[in-house]
Amino acid sequence: MVSGLTIGERQGAIVILVLLAVIGTIMAAAAGRTGDPMSVHGFIVLLFSLAVLAVVFWGYYTPAPDEGRLKSYYDDPSKAGIIIAMIWAVIGMFVGDWVAWLLAYPDLTFDAAWSSFGRLRPVHTTGVIFGFGGNALIATSFHVMQRTSRARMPDQLSPWFVLVGYNLFCILAVSGYLLGITQSREYAEPEWYADIWLVIVWVTYLVLYLRTLARRKEPHIYVANWYYLAFILVVAMLHIVNNLAVPVSYAGAKSYSLFSGVQDAMTEWWYGHNAVAFFLTAGFLAMLYYYLPKRAERPIYSYRMSIVGFWGITFFYMWAGSHHLHYTALPQWVQTLGMSFSAMLLIPSWIAAANALLTLNGAWHKVRDDATLRFMMMAAVFYGLTTFEGSFMAIRPVNSLSHYTDWTIGHVHAGALGWVALITFGSIYALVPWLWKRERMYSLKLVEAHFWLALAGTLVYVFAMWNSGVIQGLMWRTYNESGTLAYSFVDSMIAMHPYYITRAIGGLLFLAGALIGCYNIWMTIRRPAPVAESARWDAPLPAALQPAE
Amino acid sequence: MEITHDMLVGFSKSFGLFYLLAMAAVALAYACWPSNKARFDKAARDIIEDEDVPCR
Repeated sequence: MVSGLTIGERQGAIVILVLLAVIGTIMAAAAGRTGDPMSVHGFIVLLFSLAVLAVVFWGYYTPAPDEGRLKSYYDDPSKAGIIIAMIWAVIGMFVGDWVAWLLAYPDLTFDAAWSSFGRLRPVHTTGVIFGFGGNALIATSFHVMQRTSRARMPDQLSPWFVLVGYNLFCILAVSGYLLGITQSREYAEPEWYADIWLVIVWVTYLVLYLRTLARRKEPHIYVANWYYLAFILVVAMLHIVNNLAVPVSYAGAKSYSLFSGVQDAMTEWWYGHNAVAFFLTAGFLAMLYYYLPKRAERPIYSYRMSIVGFWGITFFYMWAGSHHLHYTALPQWVQTLGMSFSAMLLIPSWIAAANALLTLNGAWHKVRDDATLRFMMMAAVFYGLTTFEGSFMAIRPVNSLSHYTDWTIGHVHAGALGWVALITFGSIYALVPWLWKRERMYSLKLVEAHFWLALAGTLVYVFAMWNSGVIQGLMWRTYNESGTLAYSFVDSMIAMHPYYITRAIGGLLFLAGALIGCYNIWMTIRRPAPVAESARWDAPLPAALQPAE
Repeated sequence: MEITHDMLVGFSKSFGLFYLLAMAAVALAYACWPSNKARFDKAARDIIEDEDVPCR
């Protein structure tokens, strides 16, 4: 890892890490005086920077990389990113299944504050969305941007800063939830200092991406890069605006939003839905537009459609967030606006789904034989299904039945498991042999097993939540002859119980698939590398022969 | 001049509609412009057949 960095970059890394360690010490000391939980975060920052510092020192005296490195792409951060993403997948899905059992059996909290549903649930959402999804996006974007630009990254330090810094943010986020540190904003729970750190990391990410694109040889920027750029740029904008807040004290975690009342709710859901759009959709569409054609060895069905779809998604999604606030104090016309744009979103969404499936026309035999490609195909199917469902649920009268029920949870997981996780696993299975220069994955049977576990888990989960959601929604709106509610809330809770157990089993299947994936990836990496290209007996001679003397 | 709720609604309903239509028109024209076709086809093909070495 460190051996790939130039001496100057190693020194740069040390300066950054020492600075970070000082900041951690100040946080721990300042918050420690008042006993604020931020002091724990100070110690985490300190320990994290010391640990990374140890790694840098460990490799500091390895010889500096020679100029030959510039003749290949820089893939070390992508490799690390994939492994970290899989670790987060296991953590996030494990906690997800834990809270699923907790809903079925609420006594499982063991009377501890940290293990209550309210604290564990964001560990799950942050673990899977930002930990698993985010690291997979960073790792694949580094790979794709270099390949499609035919240019190596401009330096070796900034990709590591992005990857390691981003994971520090994730660690601060999930550890904070367990400590009770939260802004209570969905998908934006981390407090002000973690938010500021993410801005620094994210701007570096954007600048790194733009610098690599600026070095590109291809005059045209391939469409996957547009999606990755939209993901990076818009997430920066959303994150900054939604997290505008005033800390109570610089020596404490608590802060208050700059917005209040319904404006605050609208800002949060403008952010929240666009996090779905630009974190969970645009970035993963970038994966789809690169790894699916590459794996199927067929160019994308319609490049034009991919561009039209891109602008449709970026224009329309921006306005859809207010559908999360139907029947609230939000003005009716703003709700209607969100509803209309959500309905219109079906067009660009289905453009992308259709484009992916039509690309596979003529390659269906590959989909049958190759579970990796089947992951991507199934992801496109779920993307089409989920975006249809989402547009439908955003229609106000439909929302009156679905909102606040498990139908929403079912919808989210059809997207998160069926679309986001499947395209990610498919891309990782395609990418791991390429990056580690292996002929194929360690076991194709295990890829196959993972595929069926993931698909079965998703279907069990989603069907359970559809059923429970619709039952819940109907029970909450059933009146008896005297005009009062026919069922109490507890009645609906009891009716949910079997579905909650089913859902937890579905989640367990999905987690089992991810564990198999981890083992398979690990064994692929550990398998001895094939003989180097230059050492083979049939390797070509150097092109420039020495003239005979 | 006082900025009222009705004024903002009126502005979004008039200007909002037209600027979205204009942006859609620009995006569609760019995607469907005949002379862009060759470039798009090349971009779609190039990712399939690439040697795994950077040019710079």
